Amino acid sequence: MIAALRCLILRDLRLAARRSSDVLTVLLFFVIVVSLFPLGVGPDPKLLRTVAPGVLWVAALLASMLALGRVFAADHADGTLEQMMLGATPLGVIVAAKVLAHWLITGLPLVLISPVLALQFDFSQDLLGVLILSLALGTPILSLIGAIGAALTLGLRGAGALLSLLVLPLYVPVLIIGAGAADAAASGLGGTAQLLLLGAMLIVAGVFAPWAAAAALRISVE
Amino acid sequence: MGINWFKYSSPQTFFPLAGRLAFVFGALALAACAAGLYLGFFVAPTDAQQGESYRIIFIHVPAAWMSMFLYVVMAFWAGVGLAFNTRLSGMMASAIAPTGALFTFIALWTGSFWGKPTWGTWWVWDARLTSELILLFLYLGFMALQAAIDDPRRADRAGALLALVGVVNVPIIYFSVQWWNTLHQGASVSLTKSPTMATTMVAGMLVMTFGFWFYGIAAVLLRARCIMLERERGSEWAMHYARAAA
Amino acid sequence: MGDALREGGGVNWGSLGNFLAMGGYGLYVWGSYLVTLALIVAEVVLLAKRRRNAVGRIR
Repeated sequence: MIAALRCLILRDLRLAARRSSDVLTVLLFFVIVVSLFPLGVGPDPKLLRTVAPGVLWVAALLASMLALGRVFAADHADGTLEQMMLGATPLGVIVAAKVLAHWLITGLPLVLISPVLALQFDFSQDLLGVLILSLALGTPILSLIGAIGAALTLGLRGAGALLSLLVLPLYVPVLIIGAGAADAAASGLGGTAQLLLLGAMLIVAGVFAPWAAAAALRISVE
Repeated sequence: MGINWFKYSSPQTFFPLAGRLAFVFGALALAACAAGLYLGFFVAPTDAQQGESYRIIFIHVPAAWMSMFLYVVMAFWAGVGLAFNTRLSGMMASAIAPTGALFTFIALWTGSFWGKPTWGTWWVWDARLTSELILLFLYLGFMALQAAIDDPRRADRAGALLALVGVVNVPIIYFSVQWWNTLHQGASVSLTKSPTMATTMVAGMLVMTFGFWFYGIAAVLLRARCIMLERERGSEWAMHYARAAA
Repeated sequence: MGDALREGGGVNWGSLGNFLAMGGYGLYVWGSYLVTLALIVAEVVLLAKRRRNAVGRIR
């Protein structure tokens, strides 16, 4: 099973490498959205410092949602997905592999570039660690929850917008706790509680979301 | 006395029962609302702090309770439909969603109209209202997903999965929003911190809750009948009913 | 119930004008109640229409 996981992840990574524009588009979207906020609310450093975690989190959330349709759509279009569903590997494992690959391609780059953007907002350097960690724990959760939405809306017309509508309410707790971690750290309370909560949510999502997404895939494909 | 639970699990047998029940509950709803409104406007006294504006709670709180209750019921029927593969359960879940969304919207609207004279703003980001807003999105998402899928079986099952994922998340959403609200104490005012209520006020609220509940049952049953007529178009009993309903 | 009535004392509005004014909060109270009523009426009307359409499509 580990072999199957590795094989699937490598496959998805290789496919993404061939279409690197997809990866870069998401990253660029993230950067642009974050840069739009100061243009919208004014360049006052104090204000920007306060809103930095929230802005980064919302932008990461939106960017992550942009890429979600891609998790299953390509394989569904050329029939590979159905082949995978007929195979011996449990569908939950397949989903977990694809979500992990998806996060490596779209989530991880966001996490890596977030400190640079946070500095643009004059966010305190000592607190960068909490912010990065919150995004590192949170973006996989977003990918996992998003996979359920992607599976439910597979092949539907208007799937992109519909996916956002379905998935955003479910993202709210992750957003609140994730942005709250850096906020709490900034106000001196320390973000450990939130980070631990995020870790717990990641574990729970990691266990249940692939299973739910697999069920959703079966509903959508059969 | 054994009840054959599965007797009414087919649209054909449930359809006439739903009609009769809708009529009964509709009448009960009218009676309860009349009683509740009488209690609310002619028995419950003026509030010391909020004056007459508090009388909005006789709609706001029942609507909010019903919006949450209906979501759970919807998820229940969705789960039953997924587990037992019964068509009617899926139809019930689909029938509940618009009424649930309506109550959610009413809760939001009345909450806003209550907040304005009390706190000065048309919208308050307190835990309850914010959670209601997210609940509205959950309902609308469910309805949008079902509307986007042509195949009724896939629509039922996809919606069911979404409803179940949603119902599991509702407590998580509520607690995280509540936590968020207390954290940002600065601007927070709470509509839930209502003044200690006189017995008559509570009584009025409870009676109105029953009134909304009965209305909800009636509306859902009527909608379920419509769904049955739409989906079972080709069947004998539907054609028979349509001819007789002239 | 009689208890509650005695305790609450009931409300004597005095006049229809007072009732409609709701102590100055008339806009908010009636704005809530009327919109709620309108929405519920709308739901019932839409349901009736839906039923008529469904029956029509069968025939």
